[in-house]
Amino acid sequence: MDYFPLWNSLRISLIATVITFFIGIFLAYYVVKLPGIVKGILDTLFTIPMVLPPTVAGFIILKLISPKSPLGELVEKYFDATLTMKWYAAIIAVVVVTFPLMYRTARSSFEAFDPDIIASGRTLCLSDTYIFWHILLPNCKAGIIAGLVLAFARGLGEYGATSMVAGYIPHRTATISTTVAYFWQTNQDEKAFQWVLINLAISCAVMLIVNVFEKRISYGKEV
Amino acid sequence: MAIFCDIKKKLGNFTLQVSFDIKEETVALMGASGCGKSMTLRCIAGIMKPDSGKIIINGLTVYDSEKKIDLPPQKRRVGYMFQDYALFPNMTVEQNILSVLGKNRRDELTEYAKSYHLTNLLKHYPKQLSGGQKQRCALARMMAAEPEIILLDEPFSALDSYLRWQMEQEITAVLKQTQRSVLFVSHDRDEVFRVSDRVVIIHKGISEAIAEKHKLYRQPVTYVDALLTGCKNICGAEIKDGMLIAKDFGITLNYQKEDMQETEKNIRYIGIRSNHIQPAHQYDSDAPAFVSAYSVEQMIENVFTCVLMVRLPGSETALRWEMQKDDYEDLSFHDSRLAIPYEYIYLLQE
Repeated sequence: MDYFPLWNSLRISLIATVITFFIGIFLAYYVVKLPGIVKGILDTLFTIPMVLPPTVAGFIILKLISPKSPLGELVEKYFDATLTMKWYAAIIAVVVVTFPLMYRTARSSFEAFDPDIIASGRTLCLSDTYIFWHILLPNCKAGIIAGLVLAFARGLGEYGATSMVAGYIPHRTATISTTVAYFWQTNQDEKAFQWVLINLAISCAVMLIVNVFEKRISYGKEV
Repeated sequence: MAIFCDIKKKLGNFTLQVSFDIKEETVALMGASGCGKSMTLRCIAGIMKPDSGKIIINGLTVYDSEKKIDLPPQKRRVGYMFQDYALFPNMTVEQNILSVLGKNRRDELTEYAKSYHLTNLLKHYPKQLSGGQKQRCALARMMAAEPEIILLDEPFSALDSYLRWQMEQEITAVLKQTQRSVLFVSHDRDEVFRVSDRVVIIHKGISEAIAEKHKLYRQPVTYVDALLTGCKNICGAEIKDGMLIAKDFGITLNYQKEDMQETEKNIRYIGIRSNHIQPAHQYDSDAPAFVSAYSVEQMIENVFTCVLMVRLPGSETALRWEMQKDDYEDLSFHDSRLAIPYEYIYLLQE
């Protein structure tokens, strides 16, 4: 059996999750601090990919990075490469689709965190960077990890946008989900079934890890 | 060592308008909850931004709306103790203090731990501490940052009454040593009296002139002063044709004066503390007093005192009269007459 789709899916969602993690928490951090109206507008903008059909997201991404787009032309001119129909095109698709999950969970964790604790850090002359990395993030760990895992799991199963921007090319862009679709469409149900099982196993493992981890996130036992 | 603060900030349906100038002393901001006391502290610390005004801490202008100065909290060197202490939950007591000390001053940790009785608690997380221990940790952490001034936001309100007393003693002792300006927010009149030197009363966002505490408690000037310093009997009053009339309480007094001052013309209320009323038979001073018959409407027994709700002839509202239990038992052997020395009938402005 050829395990390329597994490897490809994992690398795409891992890389995409790392990117999503940073973009998600930073944007969440800045949006929380914004005044009402701007916050509302940005919030809507950042959440839209969650409610859009992935094919619509894929379509928009295609329009932005296809060889005919300004960005695609630039890449072609300077790197002699195209962004679409490559395995890394799927990373862009997965980031766009999973970003709202990370952003929203991070934002609600940040909003739920006692603002006085941050204020006290500032009056104690701790830098905003220190407060972010050593106080805000550790205390919002539970929510952020939940968002991270959700984003990873969602990324692993991403189909719609991925199939539009990366397509299904065996040994090049095939992911678990596009492989399942391909085998089913070509009447190879048995092979499709194997990949379904693999996907189920990964999903179960991920959820298990989350549950185990969640129980350990607590600073000090109550007395 | 001083704080100058003159700020305005719109808050919901009222405008905070506070101004005071304090030296190296402990000053209490007193007022009902939601009057803007805490907001004032937050503006001084730089956590909140006023709409306009000026704040100067020890000669350093930290906020000036005209000159567009607004220093971040990190540059203000203000020690701020939050109501629920705001310890970092993910850090032990040790880490909480070390976060402030930084790498260069690590060796001072033991000293702070010792001074604030935290030596055995260094490895505990805030969740594992009692209220008093949390407060000690917050205090140690605040002092470790070497603030120029200290702001305390209802420091004892989260503690039960026993701990409250103990922490009040501990913190007052620390404050006495610091030789810094201390601003302290509270709505507890006894606490304010014990802890502070002077008092700024804030009512619906507007600050009154700073007052020396003894004077404020002995001679309240406004309705709010009387109310906040615990005066239990307050009613509307007016001065008319040489008479002071407080209709609700059924009190009418001669009030004749050659040259009435402007302030006396603005008298709108009178106030009488519940412990300033005396049985007439016990009153032996030469100072003039208002004397009247009374009838008891209700008696409420406290642990050590009795509270009588009494009515004077023709009154609409009962007076609250608090006395020792012995005095209460003695009452039945005498005429039902009470005396209120004139000096204890506060004439209050709006």
